[in-house]
Amino acid sequence: MASFKIGKVIIRNLFRKPATLMYPAVPRKWRELTRGHIEVRMEACILCGICAKKCPTGAITVDRGAKTWAIERMQCVQCSCCVEYCPKKCLINRNEYTAPETRKIRESFEKPAELDGI
Amino acid sequence: MTEALYRIQNFVPIQASELLNKVRDMKSDGQRLGQICCTKVEEGFEILYSFDKDHVLTNLRLTVPEDEAVQSVTGVYWPAFIYENEMQDLFGVKFKNMALNYEGRFFKVSEPTPWNPQK
Amino acid sequence: MSKRTVIPFGPQHPVLPEPVHLDLVIEDEKVVEAVPSIGFVHRGLEKLVEKREFPEMVYVIERICGICSFGHGWGYCRSVEGNMSIEIPDRAQFLRTIWHELSRIHSHLMWLGLLADAFGFESLFMHCWRVRETILDIFEETTGGRVIFSVCKVGGVRRDIDGEELKRIVDILAKLKDEIKKLADVFFDDYSVRNRLCGVGYLSKEDAKELCAVGPMARASGIRQDMRLDGHGAYPYLDFEPVLEEGGDSYARCKVRIREVFQSIELIAKAVKRIPVGEISAPVKGNPSGEFIARMEQPRGEAYYYSKGSGSKFLARMRVRTPTNMNIPAMVKTLQGCDLADVPMLILTIDPCISCTER
Repeated sequence: MASFKIGKVIIRNLFRKPATLMYPAVPRKWRELTRGHIEVRMEACILCGICAKKCPTGAITVDRGAKTWAIERMQCVQCSCCVEYCPKKCLINRNEYTAPETRKIRESFEKPAELDGI
Repeated sequence: MTEALYRIQNFVPIQASELLNKVRDMKSDGQRLGQICCTKVEEGFEILYSFDKDHVLTNLRLTVPEDEAVQSVTGVYWPAFIYENEMQDLFGVKFKNMALNYEGRFFKVSEPTPWNPQK
Repeated sequence: MSKRTVIPFGPQHPVLPEPVHLDLVIEDEKVVEAVPSIGFVHRGLEKLVEKREFPEMVYVIERICGICSFGHGWGYCRSVEGNMSIEIPDRAQFLRTIWHELSRIHSHLMWLGLLADAFGFESLFMHCWRVRETILDIFEETTGGRVIFSVCKVGGVRRDIDGEELKRIVDILAKLKDEIKKLADVFFDDYSVRNRLCGVGYLSKEDAKELCAVGPMARASGIRQDMRLDGHGAYPYLDFEPVLEEGGDSYARCKVRIREVFQSIELIAKAVKRIPVGEISAPVKGNPSGEFIARMEQPRGEAYYYSKGSGSKFLARMRVRTPTNMNIPAMVKTLQGCDLADVPMLILTIDPCISCTER
């Protein structure tokens, strides 16, 4: 009896698909809600700085003088707090995770010049 | 539905002199020590001793000046050594008669009493 | 008397996922005394309340620990809500309960895997974690995060789960139950597992009381103590009885956790059946100024969340006392008299979470 039982397990294991994903070859499926990274639509941003103030990790810096919005990618914890507070809804949470890096990344976005003076 | 048990908070203020007796009473009443927590207030330290019996909470609140040593309750509740060492390391609260005293080596902090910095 | 040696154990050890250091006083092969010391990952998160406004602090508190993150968020929110006397809508209470019970399943499955790994049963470890992955997928679908959900906020929850999704979760869990049943059979009956667990690290009911043990550690020694009974969340509507075992040894602790996994699956099914419709969050006005202690039953045991308001947006003091903190004395006690080879396993049976302990 025991050999039948173990035989069944062996055969099943031989023909079953692996439980894991062949990761870099097969891309990961993102769920609709997955919080991966923050994206900013600079044309809608009014540089109010609420996101920078509310961010629990202080990853966002808004420079009104230079008209830039910058984020420390490695410091961001993807809590979506800024997305919730943004008055202009110009921050969006995207699914893809930030790629692994060996150094800290700071991304800075500049407000397009033609929309100045709003 | 009856009043939920978690709403009962029972903050009981006590004096430093009656601390050990009160804690002994708690122990003989079959209370379980929940936690000890220290808060820096203007008068010195506010130490909360939380006890639990049948999911009902009782808190003893002790307020002591900063330089006064507090009686250790490790003689009654041995597990209190964790909290007392923690308070000693992070706030610099002084304790008398500790059953297990790490002498500031329980938490590995880079500066002494980081949560109550000395001026 | 034979010679005594002191063996340092941890913070780096192949079997330890957590940085705890123990000085083990050994006589021959037996441990006579164990002196714990922690503090390797102390971050001072509690101190951050002075710099972060209380609604944002929940995201920091959640990150105390990756495994019971939802419980931490909920505990903090309950503490602040109690402080400000905010009443939470029923639907939010049920949603929080469902997420919390899901994290209990995932935490216990993870622990079972680690335990299997500790006594050298690699394939069992992998199967436990394979099953756990399904729960993580549910989390990602419903909250957007796999381990840190960020769905709890002061006043309610940030996201709703619709009725269909809830039904689907119950179906997935029903299927999962069979798989977990298979794993449970191995833990309960396998000769090699029983050999490593039965009679090891015995903690009597009296000792558990004396040492103020909490959570599965206390329940495995027959103490009826479960903070879910104190009437918070949706638990009063779910009528359940905490899982109790009388054994007091590692086997009993393992049994308690496995039975709790099944219990959680049942609780979720019940909660989904009884979930009301309505709002998912209440408005938050003003600033906390009182003080309140909220207690949660984390997968590892009872946790305290003490908040003291200062009348401004910043709390004066936030204190989190996590279950491992209270179980360390019990762990030290069970270590006395055990074999050196059992030390890693005994440390594991309290399900230590040092990053919780030090915050």
